[in-house]
Amino acid sequence: MDVEILSRIQFAFTVAFHYIYPPLSIGLGLILVIFESLYIKTGNKEYEALTRFWIKIFALTFGIGVATGIVMEFEFGTNWATYSKYVGDIFGSALAAEGIFAFALESGFLGVLLFGWNRVKSWVHLVSTIGVFFGSMFSAVWIVIANSWQQTPAGYHIVGEGLNARAEITDFWEMVFNPSTVDRLTHVWLGAFLAGAFLVLSVHAYYILKGRFVEISKKAFKIALIVATVFSLGQLLTGHHSADGVAVNQPAKLAALEGHYEASAPADMYLFGWVDQENEEVTGIGIPGGLSFLIHQDFDEPVTGLDAFAKEDQPGQVNAVFQFYHLMVAIGITLILLSVGGTLLYWKGQLFNKKWLMTIFMFSVLLPQLANQFGWYAAEMGRQPWVVYGLLRTSDALSVVVQANQVLFSLIVFTLVYVLLFTLFIYLLNKKIQHGPYDDHEDEGYSLQHDMADLIANQK
Amino acid sequence: METFLGLDYPTLWFLVVGGLFSGYAILDGFDFGAGAWHLFFKEENDRRIALNAVGPVWDGNEVWLVIAGGALFAGFPVLYASLFSGMYLPFMLFLVFIIFRAVSIEFRGKEPMKWWRRMWDISYSISSIMLAFLLGVVLGNVLQGLPINENHEYTGGPLLDFLNPYAIMVGITTLALFMAHGAIYLLMKTEGKLYAHIAILLKKGMIFFMVTFGITSLYTLLYIPHLSDSFRDSPALFVVPLAVFLSIANVPRLASKKKYQQAFIFTSLTAALLLVLVAIELYPTLLISTTDPENNITIYNAASSEKSLGIMLTIAAIGAPLVLFYTAFVYKTFRGKVKIDETSY
Ligand code: HDD
Ligand code: HEM
Ligand code: HEM
Repeated sequence: MDVEILSRIQFAFTVAFHYIYPPLSIGLGLILVIFESLYIKTGNKEYEALTRFWIKIFALTFGIGVATGIVMEFEFGTNWATYSKYVGDIFGSALAAEGIFAFALESGFLGVLLFGWNRVKSWVHLVSTIGVFFGSMFSAVWIVIANSWQQTPAGYHIVGEGLNARAEITDFWEMVFNPSTVDRLTHVWLGAFLAGAFLVLSVHAYYILKGRFVEISKKAFKIALIVATVFSLGQLLTGHHSADGVAVNQPAKLAALEGHYEASAPADMYLFGWVDQENEEVTGIGIPGGLSFLIHQDFDEPVTGLDAFAKEDQPGQVNAVFQFYHLMVAIGITLILLSVGGTLLYWKGQLFNKKWLMTIFMFSVLLPQLANQFGWYAAEMGRQPWVVYGLLRTSDALSVVVQANQVLFSLIVFTLVYVLLFTLFIYLLNKKIQHGPYDDHEDEGYSLQHDMADLIANQK
Repeated sequence: METFLGLDYPTLWFLVVGGLFSGYAILDGFDFGAGAWHLFFKEENDRRIALNAVGPVWDGNEVWLVIAGGALFAGFPVLYASLFSGMYLPFMLFLVFIIFRAVSIEFRGKEPMKWWRRMWDISYSISSIMLAFLLGVVLGNVLQGLPINENHEYTGGPLLDFLNPYAIMVGITTLALFMAHGAIYLLMKTEGKLYAHIAILLKKGMIFFMVTFGITSLYTLLYIPHLSDSFRDSPALFVVPLAVFLSIANVPRLASKKKYQQAFIFTSLTAALLLVLVAIELYPTLLISTTDPENNITIYNAASSEKSLGIMLTIAAIGAPLVLFYTAFVYKTFRGKVKIDETSY
């Protein structure tokens, strides 16, 4: 395999792994802010227990998010040197702003959030929780701006040629608010809120099914259900907005999302289907002219298709882009059904005794995770063959000096390390969940006892 | 060219990046150092206290790396690209150890089993040692210069060229400095028997540092002559190495009086001054090309546009007070000796 493929796999793998955690941290951050505000407002101990329980899980996701984030920042330089030179002038300011405004805020207050419960006044603790939450939201802002600029460049001009060509900033705010930033940022944020809310729903559905911590779980479930309902509906809106934007700014990507080949013809919208890339056709079930309608409010209006682009300017993996996109949308619809349905039943007081539904909720945590992943795959693979849309090809963005065996080596190492990390993460998450929100002294008591035993053994 | 306070933008950004890396060396320096000593503590309770001494702050310290790296990328993309792709292997190793270190801190206390804790203790300590060492190794390579061609690309061997004797010496010296620095930090955070134990370790650490520092200095003067050029040209700059020596000499003096807070200031100052020394030796070059001085990467041919630098200087000016505020807030909340409670690692 050549350097390009290996580097692409390595980048995709490391960033996708990273992206398991930040959405959870951002989403749980929101939930923590709600729980803790309720605790401070009502003084109800149940909210205290919930806050402290979810802080522990938050610590776990956050820790791995931090550990895996630095990897990509370095990879820009190590694996994508030409790209780094090309975008440095533009991207740099976004990354620098991210570090200063987001990560510093986040990690500054994180210590207090995790270890300060008994040290600071309760409102100072709440302020810290809010600080961490805002910090994590800002982390998403700058990196999504950077990525959106790659999708829809704006506010720049090109200087130099060949290997030394690079984009230079001409207008900071135009770069920041490039055509896709707002749509994609809101979509990413909502995706993160959903990831957090559904984790909470899953865990508390599990407790309710098991008959443990039932009362407290019902309270938590209700709050998370509201969050899930609001944002799953919102996600449809932001997603639709994104699609509208893609139609204008990245027509080749839009065509790939729906597998639309004909250069200029009305386009269908599929519920599901399969793209035959050889013969350039889609088999599937869908609404004829649906895509035309979505974009132009007219079933017969033509939409630019892939054939309007030279072969080397078309995304290579049309079927994959199609599938990832459709899976995301299908999950989006499922989340709406689940949360709206759940809310209605809650209203009627019939939610918690529906065993089958609670079982579905118990597994529902996987859905937003998958949608988040698939959304990025669709967005990023649909951008190919460009690393910066229309300006720089992925194959030209590599580090000239790095060799395949080096990348293969690092890829293998990352794979091993991440498999280990993921296993430990699941193991510890499960342990925390099994333990539950009460009795949290038992756990520590055990380790303290152990410490004492150690002490005594050592003194002998 | 635009200037501010008489300095052009690339120079200003050079100072910003230098400041960030100094901050990083001081902050992550003490927690790498503390981690390097970790296996010297034998009792579970001591290890827990040592770990929780860095518990609330290590993540904030690491953010300085993220910011410094981002600032380097942003300000000098050409350097970022050449250095990182040229030093592929050390940077990848660095990443692996930084991951292991973070998760060791995170996971260690999550299970009571002895083997579990021992495993993460070892991983924590080894990764702390390796991180300090690798930082020094990269610095050593930068000081010597790398084979760089006219497109600013590295042309040396892909695998083990980075492990040359000089780089290894700088690596060990960095580790030694961080270990002294970390021991002093731990002394501010501990009491009782552990405190007494660390006080003894610090003495050994200081000797270790003095010896390695002496060797590296001699090595530099004898074999890397280009590094002392700036001093030959403007002897007034000799103030800086002099300050380094005074600062180092102050540490054992203060340590013997148990004035650890002051000693900590001086180990911090030493780390910062050594980087100032590096900066003076290099400026305005960032990376010396050993093949042809024409190919040197300098702050001018590597810099982003003035427009971009101007924006980033604004961001830095707004952001710096905020960062200092959060940093002060955490350190103030967790000042004093470590107390273990149920939220600790
Ligand atoms: C700021 C930049 C940035 C951000 C925020 C992301 N990516 Fe990305 N991604 C890139 C910058 C990038 C890149 C460096 O530009 C790559 C490397 C090769 C390429 O074509 O683009 C890339 C490629 C890339 C690929 C491979 C596409 C292909 O080679 O066909 C995948 C699957 C992802 N990314 C997935 C993600 C996920 C799951 C993200 C969520 C966190 C994500 N990306 C965020
Ligand atoms: C290529 C893309 C990315 C890079 C280079 C990157 C870089 C980083 C770095 C360096 C950290 C660690 C910060 C620390 O030490 O505290 C981090 C953590 C984090 N990143 Fe990313 N990141 C990327 C993608 C994303 C995306 C797309 C999001 C947004 C949704 C995101 C959100 C976060 C958050 C919230 C954290 C804090 C840790 C956590 O919550 O798990 N990152 N990232
Ligand atoms: C409900 C219907 C949905 C629609 C119509 C939709 C639409 C879209 C579109 C068009 C894109 C590509 C944007 C671009 O390339 O610029 C996208 C990307 C993405 N989607 Fe969705 N989406 C939906 C649901 C969801 C859900 C439920 C989640 C997660 C919980 C999600 C997460 C993402 C993510 C993380 C991305 C990549 C980031 C981005 O490009 O914005 N989507 N979505």
